[in-house]
Amino acid sequence: MAIATASLPAAPKSPFRRVLTFFYNHPNLTLVMLLLLPMLWMLVFYLGSIGGLLVHSFYYIDDFSGVLQRQFALRTWSDLFTPSHFDVFLRTFSMALAVTLASAIIAFPLAYYMARYASRRMRGLLYLGVMVPLWSSYLVRVYAWKLILADEGIISWTFRSLGAQGILDAILAIPVIGGRSLSFSFLGMFLVFVYIWLPYMILPINAALERVPKSLIEASGDLGAKPGYTFRKVILPLAIPGVIAGSIFTFSLTLGDYIIPQIIGNSAPFIGLAIYRYQGSAGNLPLAAAFTVIPIVVMVVYLLLAKRTGAFEAL
Amino acid sequence: MSTERAPWSLRLAAIGGLLFLHFPILVILLYAFTTEENAFTFPPPGLTTQWFGAILERPDFWRALILSLQVAAIATLIAIVLGTLIALATYRRKFFGSDSLSLLIVLPIALPGIVSGIALRSSISVLDIDFSVWTIIIGHATFCIVTVYNNVVARLRRTSNSLLEASMDLGATNWQTFRHVVLPNIATALLAGGMLAFALSFDEIIVTTFTAGQDRTLPIWIFDQLTRPRDRPVTNVAAIIVILTTLVPIYLAYRWTQETRD
Repeated sequence: MAIATASLPAAPKSPFRRVLTFFYNHPNLTLVMLLLLPMLWMLVFYLGSIGGLLVHSFYYIDDFSGVLQRQFALRTWSDLFTPSHFDVFLRTFSMALAVTLASAIIAFPLAYYMARYASRRMRGLLYLGVMVPLWSSYLVRVYAWKLILADEGIISWTFRSLGAQGILDAILAIPVIGGRSLSFSFLGMFLVFVYIWLPYMILPINAALERVPKSLIEASGDLGAKPGYTFRKVILPLAIPGVIAGSIFTFSLTLGDYIIPQIIGNSAPFIGLAIYRYQGSAGNLPLAAAFTVIPIVVMVVYLLLAKRTGAFEAL
Repeated sequence: MSTERAPWSLRLAAIGGLLFLHFPILVILLYAFTTEENAFTFPPPGLTTQWFGAILERPDFWRALILSLQVAAIATLIAIVLGTLIALATYRRKFFGSDSLSLLIVLPIALPGIVSGIALRSSISVLDIDFSVWTIIIGHATFCIVTVYNNVVARLRRTSNSLLEASMDLGATNWQTFRHVVLPNIATALLAGGMLAFALSFDEIIVTTFTAGQDRTLPIWIFDQLTRPRDRPVTNVAAIIVILTTLVPIYLAYRWTQETRD
């Protein structure tokens, strides 16, 4: 836009026009004006609140009176780093990782088919097919799973009808991931998490794949690459930012969810649930605040790494 | 690209993924007709359409639905304004802090909702503000900004600069250029971003739980309903109403964004 700064013949100017010209000649000021409102919003409502919460993590609850002490102390932090809490971290991060990997594996073929092979009409229908579950109530879907996984539910019924009760029992007998029934096991919770966040993985992968120029794939073929080689060397690297963008959602959403672990699973606490309980029924806001620092730090580091791969463009 | 045929393994995997996504939706549909009102067993003991009539006599459902629509509409509007402003400021120029800025607006959606939720709740109570519809809207708008921003900034980057220069050379002011060149160009991106923002707000429960006070949005109503032993299938009917009313706008938004892309 270098040309525009050259002086133009003065047109008859209304005050409105003069203001606009002034801004045009002062791009930095324009920038400030554009960003003023959004920045105020983000700083006041968002960063302000997060900052306030972090300050709370340095307060503590008095052991005897149970009253919040607004004094700087590190007691809350030492309460955070206890073995039982490490279990919570480990459980949550393993779940988030497993859910992210599984979502990527299930989402990729669907996103790839949509972007590369589906006809225009088909693509519209598939898009709708991905969006409808995303738009239907999260809670109703979680409860639908409860009823799929429960003892008297659809999966058990299917296994029983097929005379394969033994297989289900064997799966449930697996230590750690098994349990009383699917709806009281980590395996069940894992399935529900994957299900609920799957669209958040499909959409960014699809967006990234749709941006791969057709000419690039043809060029690779013309240069003698077999389809598999083209896929590995051309398509996959260009799809990675989409996968990473999706993983931001699946990882973070699993990290903080406190509703699914309440409804499905053996009520072992996850980070989200622990924060919810400390904040609510336990009335220990400082400890809840300290707890939130773990996902905040993890996600900020993750975002900084993800940003480098260009994942933000695929969000 | 549809001239090629997909390998059968890919087709199978894609169909599998789609079935996985829709099986629970079918379950929701089926149990909107069950005769049991507190426990769900499979197969359902009988079928009835009584729950569709029951929801008509539940003013609390309609109130919650209307509140959710209002909250989502206002939050989306705020997000459209703020997200577009940020996109306009950042799409062409790198400036001091522009990287941190893009990180900052992703944060509300990238950090777990419970973090934003209790952060907002603690500042609402520290500042002694009353919980209201507006506290819900503030929370929602904050995480909606990024969806609008992403759509608009992507479109702006694809918009040719020469178009803007031509407009300016022909004597248009900044405002005229924005109104007649930029805005028509980003209109569908605004729509797509806005739709996504609306969807996010409409179904949000985690942040809302912490910022809502006495007001009940639809997800909160559904949660109350599901944890109560009576009239369970009513929530399935509610979910079906939501699905049916959102099908058309999702599809239209998709078509509009596709037309301009091709």
